[in-house]
Amino acid sequence: MGIARDVLNGTRCERSVRFAVEKIRQDFPVLSSSVHDKPLVYLDNAATSQKPRAVIEAEALFYSRNCSNIHRGVHELSERATKCYEDSRTKVQQFLNARESREIIFVRGTTEAINLVSNTFGRKQVGAGDEVLITAMEHHSNIVPWQILCEEKGARLRVAPVNDRGEIVFEEFEKLLGARTRFVALVHVSNVLGTINPVREMIEAAHRRNVPVLLDGAQAAPHLKVDVQALDCDFYAFSGHKLYGPTGVGVLYGKAGLLEAMPPYQGGGDMIRSVTFEKTLYNTLPYKFEAGTPNIAGSIGLGAAVDYVNEIGLESIRAYEDELLAYGTRALEEIPGLRIIGTAREKAGVISFVIEGIHPHDVGTVLDQEGIAVRTGHHCAQPLMERFKVPATTRASLAFYNTAGEIDTLAAGIRKVKDLLG
Amino acid sequence: MSDLRGLYQEVILDHSKRPRNFRALEDADYHAEGYNPLCGDRITIYVKLENDRISDVSFQGSGCAISTSSASLLTETLKGKTLGEAEALFERFHALVTGKGNGDKPGAVPLGKLEVFSGVAEFPVRVKCATLAWHTLRSALAGEAKAVSTE
Ligand SMILES: Cc1ncc(COP(=O)(O)O)c(C=O)c1O
Repeated sequence: MGIARDVLNGTRCERSVRFAVEKIRQDFPVLSSSVHDKPLVYLDNAATSQKPRAVIEAEALFYSRNCSNIHRGVHELSERATKCYEDSRTKVQQFLNARESREIIFVRGTTEAINLVSNTFGRKQVGAGDEVLITAMEHHSNIVPWQILCEEKGARLRVAPVNDRGEIVFEEFEKLLGARTRFVALVHVSNVLGTINPVREMIEAAHRRNVPVLLDGAQAAPHLKVDVQALDCDFYAFSGHKLYGPTGVGVLYGKAGLLEAMPPYQGGGDMIRSVTFEKTLYNTLPYKFEAGTPNIAGSIGLGAAVDYVNEIGLESIRAYEDELLAYGTRALEEIPGLRIIGTAREKAGVISFVIEGIHPHDVGTVLDQEGIAVRTGHHCAQPLMERFKVPATTRASLAFYNTAGEIDTLAAGIRKVKDLLG
Repeated sequence: MSDLRGLYQEVILDHSKRPRNFRALEDADYHAEGYNPLCGDRITIYVKLENDRISDVSFQGSGCAISTSSASLLTETLKGKTLGEAEALFERFHALVTGKGNGDKPGAVPLGKLEVFSGVAEFPVRVKCATLAWHTLRSALAGEAKAVSTE
């Protein structure tokens, strides 16, 4: 603990030899800005993260030097654009340790990735009387697509419960894996509670019953080393914009064998091999699932984000964020009347809390006047709010560019909230 | 901090902590539920009418300080007012919280205590909180089919 305190105490962390956070902060232009005449303290990273200069410049470079459509032109610019785009795919493949780059499909984000799977694989996999299993801590984007599918097919959505700490009750999850379970969709890291789910064990349990599993990795990819082969998940979804990359681009990983057997999601250009009015032959992977002109600039920006994260290293990121989380948890727990929602033993980067007698929306407004950006509300997880019997929470979510000093500012801000409204 | 004091005036804090007319009306003629999905505020407004006059109005639910105090002050203000007066007050209140002045003109129904919401204009994202109760009231009065007695 001694080291952690040294590293994180007040401004001393800025001189940490282990994690050069002040130097890293200089890579993110927005972090030196002010809000309401106060230095910005950005603690809404689970909603979207800030972008390093490398990402901003990669997009700008594409537009200023290499802008062209991909896979279509014989000219130089098109070749450059295609190469940059495909290089990004390879970077993502390596980032997830996927076996092949054709298992990486560029989509709009986690939401689209999940909808792609529910609309194609799901439609073939799930029939009347079947069951799809999710958990009580899913984001709406991993609930609603399955609800729509179940409604269409006359199937049933089952929900594995969470305990008071915000951990999935593994035995209950196993019990719900029944003879009719055809699919499991599961959040890797909860955006509300920060819980890191024991996904490996859960995938093994599902696979013992031949049930395929999709992981919603929106909050995991920015914080943990993800190895889709080691996890043996069938699908993995994440968003570029939460991984320090651009908005409007995300990734669906799928095992090649499954992707090949799936019908296409959308029809259009690029996803075809040949078209006549009688019959269309679909393109090979991954293009079968990338109809139309994709977010080329965004995908290239995502590749730059992956490079950037790799440069710092996810192991260092995890170690630093863990210390910050522990520091923040202690600092907030000391505040009378404050209760942290989500106290799982395995947690990443999120502190959700409620303050007795003060609504989160009012907390958010007061903190904003202090330059502190947090999220308040139900965080697109209304069923989870009901589970914890709170209408909403205030959520501080961390990134590796946050500092212990910012946590101190947050704690001081919360004390101001209490003075003003308590 | 001064903006915040302007938003969270004493009257607002008082009404958010001790909301008035915070109860269901068993014999209400109209009621409606209002929901603000952005922050999870949820209130139900109950109204009793005598001819054209609001003889009683109350609310229940949970929400932030702004929406709770707004509902509370709405009930205080509207008791005894006619439907026409209530509608005129909503318009003036709406102008106030959206920063379009308080609509004061000769013969207008006075806003009275509702003036404490003037600070909301500096916080555009909070306008929805301040007006939730008023929109809910309007939908309660519009939804004649929602008469409590027939449910
Ligand atoms: C756990 C989780 N899943 C899915 C999503 C949806 O991501 P996107 O809006 O980028 O599609 C989010 C983002 O809010 C999330 O936190």
